Amino acid sequence: MAATQFTEYQTIRVRVNGHEYEREVPVRRLLADFIRHDLGLTATHLGCEHGVCGACTIIMDDESVRSCLLFAVQADGAELQTLEGLADGDKMHPLQQSFWDNHALQCGFCTSGFLMSAVDLLNKNPRPSEEEIRHGLSGNLCRCTGYANIVKAVQAVAEQSQS
Amino acid sequence: MKPAPFKYARPGSVDEALALLQAGGDEAKVLAGGQSFVPLLNLRMASVESIVDLNRLDDLAYIRRDNDTLCIGAMTRHRQIEVSDEVQAAQPLLCRAAAEVGHLAIRNRGTIGGSLVHADPAAEWPLVAAALDAQLVLRSQDNSRTVAAREFFLAPLMTAIEPAEILCEVRFPVAPAGAVWGFQELCRRPGDFAIVAIACQLTLDDSGTCSTASLAVGGAHSTPLHVADVEPIVVGSQGDAAVLTAAAEKAAAAVDPSGDVHGSADYRRRMVKVLAQRALKEAWSA
Repeated sequence: MAATQFTEYQTIRVRVNGHEYEREVPVRRLLADFIRHDLGLTATHLGCEHGVCGACTIIMDDESVRSCLLFAVQADGAELQTLEGLADGDKMHPLQQSFWDNHALQCGFCTSGFLMSAVDLLNKNPRPSEEEIRHGLSGNLCRCTGYANIVKAVQAVAEQSQS
Repeated sequence: MKPAPFKYARPGSVDEALALLQAGGDEAKVLAGGQSFVPLLNLRMASVESIVDLNRLDDLAYIRRDNDTLCIGAMTRHRQIEVSDEVQAAQPLLCRAAAEVGHLAIRNRGTIGGSLVHADPAAEWPLVAAALDAQLVLRSQDNSRTVAAREFFLAPLMTAIEPAEILCEVRFPVAPAGAVWGFQELCRRPGDFAIVAIACQLTLDDSGTCSTASLAVGGAHSTPLHVADVEPIVVGSQGDAAVLTAAAEKAAAAVDPSGDVHGSADYRRRMVKVLAQRALKEAWSA
């Protein structure tokens, strides 16, 4: 996987939501742009493009990352999960269902980032307190909801998994 | 925005990285976790001709205890340190500080080495490195040297690292017997950079009398600042209020803060005093 010469283009292979992709990319292409433009997976949103808003959060090799702070070439060989990979066919992921049930979104722009952050949060801590949920989601900005229902939605999923 | 064009290489070993960096000259930059550097590129506040990506250098991602020294590879992610049992056992202040770095997705990716070399004076790693007298191992193609963290930071975002050098390892002294610590950070929201932060480590005997003390300030000076004047005040004491106040006043007198939208210089200086008192108290009550 090493590329020991300076190059301006590279061919990369990534696995996204279980599908293999191989593409040639300019090395400066952000992973978020690669996902949206090269792969056409537009559920990943781009807000600030400098790592503040969290809208572009995806899962890379089982950890949440900001896809605007990675270059596509850095994901060469990686396993990615975006929001498109969350639902099981027509059946929403428990977090998606809970966001729906708890009215945890209004405009929806931030939602995919919140969901991916919440996936990582619950992977690392399946029974978070409200405080831990708020900390775990503090890297995502929402301008509509005031966060209360987002926290409630994640809490509901954590409680379901306990029962 | 998008970064301006650059050339990119992803070496497979430290030696390859050093050779690439040397070949790239002054216009080549090292990419670690990218949680500070990539925003600068995206905002076009920085542009580079070529990037040497260290992210596949697994030989720089480790946590290893070597007698009284805890050695952490520069590419170790914040999150790995935060949840490391070995770090918790050897120097728990590091786990506490790691948990305050950015947000979860940032801690998953950002590295201790990247944060130290980025040298934001309000960041957690520079602060604890100064507080604990960490030693930084820098390598270039034909040299290896160790620089004390207290001498590494020169100004905001400026360090003693040379263009052809890579920070490879950070060495922290293992907390000695009787060590206690305090960590206090003032910020508007979790994950934000500190407006002011204090880290301190004391060693106390069985009666609670202090034998060594080290305190550093972040966010209120052009660099993380180790305040050596604190030690003679608190050593020999049992942490009574007058001593804590006197020590905190020394810290407030030592800093030369600048003001910004998050707080004026005067406010920061006052907060240094408040937080230094709290940090020392926290250490004593541990």
